[in-house]
Amino acid sequence: MAETITLEVARYRPEQETQPTFESFEVPLRKDWVVLDALNHIKDRVDGSLSYRWSCRMGVCGSCGMMVNGEPKLTCATFLSHYTPGPIRVEPLRYFPIVRDLVIEMTDFMVKLKSVKPWIVREDEKPLSEGEYLQTPSELDAYKQFSMCINCMLCYAACPVYGLDQHFIGPAAIALAQRYNMDSRDQGSQLRMDILSQHEGIWGCTFVGECTEACPKGVDPAGAIQQYKLTATKEWFKNFLMPWRSE
Amino acid sequence: MNETPAYERHPRWYRTRVSTYWWTGQWSYFKFTLRELTSLSVAYFVIILLLQLRALVRGPEAYAQFQAWLKTPLMIALNAVGLFFVLFHTITWFNLAPKAMVIRVRGKRVPNLLIAAPNYIAWLVISAAVAWVLLGGR
Repeated sequence: MAETITLEVARYRPEQETQPTFESFEVPLRKDWVVLDALNHIKDRVDGSLSYRWSCRMGVCGSCGMMVNGEPKLTCATFLSHYTPGPIRVEPLRYFPIVRDLVIEMTDFMVKLKSVKPWIVREDEKPLSEGEYLQTPSELDAYKQFSMCINCMLCYAACPVYGLDQHFIGPAAIALAQRYNMDSRDQGSQLRMDILSQHEGIWGCTFVGECTEACPKGVDPAGAIQQYKLTATKEWFKNFLMPWRSE
Repeated sequence: MNETPAYERHPRWYRTRVSTYWWTGQWSYFKFTLRELTSLSVAYFVIILLLQLRALVRGPEAYAQFQAWLKTPLMIALNAVGLFFVLFHTITWFNLAPKAMVIRVRGKRVPNLLIAAPNYIAWLVISAAVAWVLLGGR
């Protein structure tokens, strides 16, 4: 018989239980299987009622984030063989409300993300006839790292500040705000500063740094936040010394 | 103010409470808490320094008394622990400096080591200067 490994999967079926429980499943331990493959195996062959999100299977869509043995992971990039002999504990992303089994409610993140205006803001639109807004490779380099974010929310599940204070705007939203702030084509950094420089913005961050550890895309949200703290402080001093600037 | 928005209040959603002891469960969280708490050691040494200055102002007798107090086993133990915490605090923060400071030279990001290193060098130079004064360089 082929080798197997035990998956302890968090179940929450609100119509029949008041809090999550764990259910164990034996799944084949295949060298090329990731945790998501094991979940798909369970759903297809063992229990079709298991609920979880997934889509691309290749670390691009950011849907399949879950807690694997207590760490936030993209389950499509987390190999079963890494956890032998098991068991592997799979739970929904930490700090978010659980809707069902491994599915979390993400509206809070979506609202926060939108609040930082993660798009190119222009004060003056130039006419189409003048062509594109050109950018040099080094101007692209300035923000490229932050643009790799796939909104998987692993950084929120890694952030104790978000866990303790749900009003904290959170790592990914700030990193994405920085992505546009540092874009040479963007003119919206002042608008974003009003949101980011609040207490629930960058100043809520105590620099635990786990968001950066958890990020599957090397975005470094912790770096983005600390760098923005420096920017916000410099802006504050400039406005303090030259009050006419802010008018 | 800060009311929970409606979308956070569905009766069927399950919300896990974060334990008061969240920082004990994971080494990285514990290290973070230690890094923050060890700042108290910095304050501790500032107080010791102020007490030393006060003893100095009060004259040779008071200063000798202060020195004798520092030599008690309790104070030696406290200072040893305090020194360890201050070192932990300093090193963890120096290592984080490159995260907050991104310096670009000719479009290329300066490596982390080059940003952390000046902190360590400044620390060594200042410590050496203080040691030189204390150890009778004059």
